[in-house]
Amino acid sequence: MTTKIRIDHVYKTFSTKKGDVHVLDDVSLDVRQGEFLAIVGPSGCGKSTVLNCMAGFEHPTRGSITIDGQKVDRPSPKRVFVFQETGIFPWFSVWDNIGFGLGSEMPFDKKHEIVMKYIRLVGLQGFEKSYPSELSGGMKQRVEFARALAVEPDVLYLDEPFGALDAFTRIEMRREIVRIWQETKKTIILVTHDVEEALELSDRVAVMTKRPATIHSILPNAMPRPRSSDLPEFRAMKHQIFKILGVEI
Amino acid sequence: MQIRTLLLGLTGVAITLLAWHLCTLGNDITEIPGPWLSFVGLWELARAGVLWQNIVASIFRVAWGFCLAAGVGIPVGVALGWWLGPREAANPVVQMMRPISPIAWLPFATTMFGGKIVMVSNRTLFESSDLAAIFLIFLASFFPIITATTSAVRSIDTKYLRSALNFGVTGMQMFRRVVLPAALPQILTGLRLALGVAWVVIVAAEMLGVQHGLGFQVNDSRNNLRFDYIAAAMMVIGLTGLLLDSMMSHLEAAALARRGMSRR
Repeated sequence: MTTKIRIDHVYKTFSTKKGDVHVLDDVSLDVRQGEFLAIVGPSGCGKSTVLNCMAGFEHPTRGSITIDGQKVDRPSPKRVFVFQETGIFPWFSVWDNIGFGLGSEMPFDKKHEIVMKYIRLVGLQGFEKSYPSELSGGMKQRVEFARALAVEPDVLYLDEPFGALDAFTRIEMRREIVRIWQETKKTIILVTHDVEEALELSDRVAVMTKRPATIHSILPNAMPRPRSSDLPEFRAMKHQIFKILGVEI
Repeated sequence: MQIRTLLLGLTGVAITLLAWHLCTLGNDITEIPGPWLSFVGLWELARAGVLWQNIVASIFRVAWGFCLAAGVGIPVGVALGWWLGPREAANPVVQMMRPISPIAWLPFATTMFGGKIVMVSNRTLFESSDLAAIFLIFLASFFPIITATTSAVRSIDTKYLRSALNFGVTGMQMFRRVVLPAALPQILTGLRLALGVAWVVIVAAEMLGVQHGLGFQVNDSRNNLRFDYIAAAMMVIGLTGLLLDSMMSHLEAAALARRGMSRR
């Protein structure tokens, strides 16, 4: 498989009033074309910072990030970020949210066709005119996935996307994202502190250690989908990751 | 409105009127008048047609001052909220001007915009002007509007801005589709607050240089020792203020509901 994203010796330092905070310390990682990669690590370890740098919202202090050989220096619709607790706009209807990235010059018919296609993909038929405040947490998350997919990006960045959902919706949305990934063949990078979530969804799991963070190890995860956390193989991997993170279970 | 709310509200009004009546028992119109004398005064003013003229004059000035303040304050507030440099430059000045009561500006306002005394064939005539009062209303509402707008834009959640950038939306599109709608609820609250302040200031703003308006009525009646007319003006100011506020809050609720952001 070809390399899609290359993170090459990335350092990130934030200047604060109390002095410099070193968040990333020599992070290197290759993401393959079309894979589902999970990055796990303790809260506040800098996982989200890696993702923000990959998206172009922030810039590495040292080192470089390239996608298809091109340096990432700004956000682009080719790679879309899905936010914690959803970044959909409360002032737009579901239709307008999903069509947001399509630009205002696109003819209405074309836009409508695309929007409806993705509304169907995430199963929100009949809610085109609803506002986010009228939707449940899971439905909002679906709107955000649809909005991201509508611009046909190569890469999706998921930053703890299921963190704000209740347990049932979370299980449902995890299945949903695997289905969407299998249907659309995007490259997906998921950042999470939930080890089980990472193991259930991803092809590979990158484990990050505490700040200043670096990638401790990358574990291949070839278990057949759908995966159950009851399988011995699943439990063994979970233990392995917890051991790396220094947690006794 | 629920019956209960209405009844309790009316009870409050009744208690206030009773207390007012008891406190002013036996007073005539050159002293603080009771409710009955005040209502009679109000009726006289209404029948003479002066009342409507004064209400319209006051609302006209508040509307102009308020709209000018919104027209200048919202764009400037958005700019200050968006750009750090201008904000840091403007902030000390804005925060210093804000606590100065518009009443302190009254002498300057009348000097700059007020009516003037003109001599026409040996007769002294006073030419009144609305500009001074409008200027004071403008000052009173400008600072709440600019402060609310600046803070509204500053406090927009980063994820909305990043989302927009992520989809390649920048410049005017960013302002129109993301910044303004995101800041709208707080801007509307600021506008409502500002209108309240503007209406409070109307009495002071109409103290000099005008010959109509509820504020003028208060002053003129003081000079004529008609305290019943003052109380009548006060009642009208209170009622109109209540009306303006509920109008604004309906507008606010409607604007938010249309965008699916109802606060209830």
